[in-house]
Order: sequence, then C-alpha cells, then structure tokens
Amino acid sequence: MSTSHRKPAKPAHHGTHQDAAAKHHRDLLASMLLIRRFEERCVELYSAAKIRGFVHLYIGEEAVAAGVLDALGPADAVVSTYREHGHALARGVPTDAVMAEMYGKATGCSRGRGGSMHLFDTSRRFYGGNAIVGGGIPLAAGLALAEKMRGGPGAVCCFFGDGAFAEGEFHETANLAVLWGLPLLLACENNLYAMGTPLRAEHGQTDLAMRAASYGMPAWAVDGMDVLAVEDAARRAVEGIRAGHGPYFLELRTYRFRAHSMYDPDRYRDKAEVEHWRTRDPVMLLERRMRSAGELDDASYAELDRRCTDEVDRAVAAAEAAPVEPVGDLLRYVGTVPGDLPEAR
Amino acid sequence: MATATTTYREALREALREALSADDRVFLMGEDVGKYGGSFGVSLGLVEEFGPERVRDTPLSESAFVGTGIGAAIAGMRPVVEVMTVNFSLLALDQILNNAATLRHMSGGQLSVPVVIRMTTGAGRQLAAQHSHSLEGWYAHIPGIRVLAPATLEDARGMLAPALADPDPVVIFEHGSLYNVSGELAPVEGPLDVASAAVRRSGDDVTLLTYGGSLPKVLSAADLLAGEGISAEVVDLRSLRPLDDATIMASVARTHRAVVVDEGWRTGSLAAEVSARITEQAFYELDAPVGRVCSAEVPIPYARHLEEAALPQAEGVAAAAREAVGHRG
Ligand SMILES: Cc1ncc(C[n+]2csc(CCOP(=O)(O)OP(=O)(O)O)c2C)c(N)n1
Ligand SMILES: [Mg+2]
Repeated sequence: MSTSHRKPAKPAHHGTHQDAAAKHHRDLLASMLLIRRFEERCVELYSAAKIRGFVHLYIGEEAVAAGVLDALGPADAVVSTYREHGHALARGVPTDAVMAEMYGKATGCSRGRGGSMHLFDTSRRFYGGNAIVGGGIPLAAGLALAEKMRGGPGAVCCFFGDGAFAEGEFHETANLAVLWGLPLLLACENNLYAMGTPLRAEHGQTDLAMRAASYGMPAWAVDGMDVLAVEDAARRAVEGIRAGHGPYFLELRTYRFRAHSMYDPDRYRDKAEVEHWRTRDPVMLLERRMRSAGELDDASYAELDRRCTDEVDRAVAAAEAAPVEPVGDLLRYVGTVPGDLPEAR
Repeated sequence: MATATTTYREALREALREALSADDRVFLMGEDVGKYGGSFGVSLGLVEEFGPERVRDTPLSESAFVGTGIGAAIAGMRPVVEVMTVNFSLLALDQILNNAATLRHMSGGQLSVPVVIRMTTGAGRQLAAQHSHSLEGWYAHIPGIRVLAPATLEDARGMLAPALADPDPVVIFEHGSLYNVSGELAPVEGPLDVASAAVRRSGDDVTLLTYGGSLPKVLSAADLLAGEGISAEVVDLRSLRPLDDATIMASVARTHRAVVVDEGWRTGSLAAEVSARITEQAFYELDAPVGRVCSAEVPIPYARHLEEAALPQAEGVAAAAREAVGHRG
C-alpha cells in the first residue's frame, strides 16, 4: 500500500526481514484504517440520506477481514454476509465501486441492484453479500466443490456470524464439507451478538470452535481483535486447506462497536461492555504495537490516515457524480430467458 | 429413424447419461443417486458408469446440497441436482429463491447460475400429504428461473440438454405417476425447443390446457369428449415459466373456449395465471368463461378413493369442457 519508503526508526538493528515485517504491518493497518474511515463516512452519509437501506457497520471487527483476507490469494474465493464492507474493501474491491453501490449508482459494484448488503466483484472472486443469515455457506461449499473437482489450488473463505452458527445451513454444510473434504475456510465472526441476542441466549453451548470440531474438522478460536493473530491463524488454516486436509473452522472472537445496523438503537448492551471492548480496538492495538517496535510514528500514522481519508473522499465525490441506471433497464439481469417477464413481451 | 420402446424413467436416465458423457463439467448429485439409483430409480447404474465424483451421494441436507450445486454452477460447473420430491425441496427453497434466482440480478449481471434442479412432483400413488403435492406453480412465480415439466417420453429425454445449456437456473418437475409410462421413442435429432407449448391433440371446440402428470388424464378426457362429438384441442404447456402465451392464445382464438387443468390447488394456482392471461390477451375471443380443474383444497389424503376425489380426473375435465361448450356465446 505504501508508495514511499520511510526511514526505519532503528535502522542499525533492522535487516530486510524486519523491513518486510514493518511494511506488512503498515499494509494491515492501512487495510483496517480504510474500512474504519469508509464506514465512519457511511454514518455521515446515512444521516444525510445519501445512502439508504439496511447498513451494517463493521467498526471494531476490522482485524478479522484484514487478517483473514491477507492470508488469501487472488485464486481464492470469498463469500460474505450483509456486514461486508470490510470484507469487500480488504479483498480489494475498489473503494469507488463499493461507495457507488451504497449510493445505488450505475458504477456500483452491483450496478445499484444490491446496495450495502449485496456487494459483488467476480473479477476478485468476491461472491457477495448474502443477507439471508447462513445463506452464503452452502454457496461457498459449492464454489469449493468446483475447485476440488477441477483440481484447482484455490480455497474458499466464507464469513458468517455467531448467529448464523445456529442455522441449519451452517450445520448441514459443515457436515457435507468434511464428508467431501472441501477446500473451505469457515470464518465465524463471533461478535457476541446476533442483532440484540447475546451469545449465551443463542447457544446452549457457547464454545463454537469446539462444536465445529465435532464435525471432524480442525477448529480453533482466535483473538479477533489482534490482526496478527487472525492472520497467523488464517494462514495456518489456508495452508492445511491447500494441503488437501479439507475444511477448517476459525472462531474469530471480536466485537462490533456500533449498533447492529443503522436502524438499531442498541438498547440491549451495557455501555460499560462496549467501552471495555473499545480498549481492545484492533486498529489501536496494531498502531501501538507498531509504535513500540519503531515501525510507526505520528507523522507516518497521520500520512497513512490521510491517504485512507482521501481515498474515501474521492469515492464519495465519484459516487455523487456517477449516473444512475436508467429505469428502462429495470428488467435487466433477471435472467437470460427471453420473454420471462410479461412486461418484456 | 427406428423408434425404441422405453419408459419415462429410462428416457430421463438416457438424458443424464448423454449429458455426463458429453461434458466434464456436468455432474449429478442428490440423496441416494448413487448405488441406490435415485429414489425413483432414474440414475440406476450411472455411478458404476461415471464414478462417485460425478454421481455424487449427498447427506440428507437439502439446503446444503442444493446450495452447493448453485455455488458450483457459479464457479462454472454444470451440476444437476436431484431433490427427491417437491415437498422436500421446501428445505432448500431459501437457496433456490434467495440465491439461484437472485444472484444474477443482485450482482448487476456478473454472476450466472447454470444449475439444473430436478425433482418429483404430484400425487396419485397414495403417498399422502407430505409426498404428494404439486408446488411447481410456486416455482413458476419466481423471476430468474426457468421451470419445465416434461409430460412425454420425448420431453423426458430431451429437456435436460437445453436446461444444461441455459445460463440460468432451471427447475425440472417430473411427475411421479409418469416414471413407468412406456412407449416408443424416436432417436434424438437436434436440440429440443423448450420455450414452446405443444399441441398434443388438435381440436376445434375447446382448448384443454395442461402440463406434466395431468396430460394423460386430459388426453383421456379428449377421447371421452370425442365420443360425444366434442372436438377438444389439448395443449401441453411444457414450460411453466416462461409461459408460451402465443401458442395458448392461438389455440383459444380458434376454439373460443378454454379449460385449464392443473394438479396444484385452485387458489393462487398456475391455472389461475393461465386463466388471467387468457382474459388479458384473448378476452374478446372467448365464448365462455375460462374453466379450471384443479386439486381440491385439501392436503392430499392417503385413502385411494379420497386421493382420487382430490385430484383432477378425466371425467371432471370432460365435464368442465362440456360446460364451456354449453355456453353458446
Ligand atoms: C434467515 C434470516 N433470519 C433472520 C434474519 C434477520 N437478521 C439479520 S442479521 C441477524 C443477526 C445475525 O447475527 P450474526 O450471524 O451473529 O451476524 P452479525 O450480524 O453479528 O454480524 C438477524 C437475525 C436474516 N437476515 N436472515
Ligand atoms: Mg454476531
């Protein structure tokens, strides 16, 4: 991400390995900051009625997207949920295209048909935004099956929440994926809530990794606020998947700092609980770590931050100026069957 | 060319065999499609021929394996997913409606979902209320999918190839009472047109519109009517979505009377849709109200006499046709 090479703080002790690590940390920080700044702008734009619909913010959970997606390559595929801005951005879907989609513009990554919850970019093997809780999980298994049948090297990563873990589609797919040895990473974002329902009210047994392991796949829990821990876990899982060991499950323990969606008054959580988790802000944790390692100082942080903010500014300006799809194209992309819709006769 | 004696089941199997041979991307999956041969015996022998990778037994998890088929289709494979019956397909309805039918649209045209989903539908075998329903009309409600109902040996043999060639999801309904139907089938010559309805019997006095498992009953009704001097035209819809309005209206414009026969329940049925289209598009051609013969509004019962009473039968179709013809405009 960084184009200019800053002078390392402790040049005498740093070799290329340390430089590479520092650069890598900067990339992860940039990835998380971009999501953070993007979504903060979404809040403003929502209040200004520039963007509408259900908008689910990822703020607080950025380490999961940044860390997991860092472990994937371009040949891998990603399936996401309605809380997906972070996944899309970390996957490299252009900020412009995501913002334009939020605006419902023709230049949006789904041509304005999807909105916040349905971001797609097949050129980056980003298979969207599914707003049916658990609905993307079987789909991801299918992408993985195709990969396996064709002998491809790709892994498929499927994000879903702790709430989705209660859905039959998760359990059906977990069983099927193990049975067929599918190259699938089941990335469960345990943010402790499904809308207003806390984990303990959703699950009789709240140790999700243990339950996933009972299907016969490697599964473990990770501190989802620590992007390096997330990345390390994802890398190990993806290695196992590429080695042909079948599906892996990661329980990424995280927390959303904002309400479930822009509609949610957030009445079900203690302010103290939220404040406690904010002390584990994933952006802040990495920033601190980098500062103490001499990888970041005020100036370089400000520079990074400014670049993210600029990118969001440009995306907003482009979305504002972008055209909308003509109403005459309403019936496009429904199917290729001629005459399917009576209106099209 | 020489015809051969075959059954509807064998015709379906032959179509699967041909598809599996012709294209590496094609594979069949579903509950017990392998060694067991499929719950209705359609895929018997195929696992021995093509191996367990391409004739793939699935766990009992309709949502997961139908969704897996959809995902594999997105990735460029050509899966044929067998769901035992339409009743069980409700466990996968989320995947069919919320994913297969919407992904092209939600992605702004980026995704294509070339999956084929086959399932058994219909009553007539005393299987009672959880194995006998005809919900194809529900599926025909959904934009983004094509819905086919092969009623003849030729269609059982010929509909799969065009369904697999379709870049969009196709759901194929096989009526359970048809599997054992046998007859002569000519060798395949070129791809079958699946967009059009077919006139299965020509007539002048009334158009009987139907599809799938009701076709044999409607043809019997036409025989009964012929004995009474009423000449009935029988139209097999074949494609339930999209409907071939042109063939329907052309027939009605000649006979001026129409009766729609549909094994679904009357309320909110496919028959209601066909009837509405006729009144929208051919109202001034009509000499009588459009008649409907549908299933009684009851969960399909087990006892033979009750089941028979619940379903459209040839005699009831003939009665509806007589009533239509009785109207002298
Ligand atoms: C099948 C289904 N049921 C209910 C909903 C409504 N809903 C949307 S998000 C959500 C909570 C999901 O929680 P979780 O899986 O933990 O994901 P999170 O929102 O916490 O990221 C619910 C109940 C839905 N969209 N789909
Ligand atoms: Mg949650």
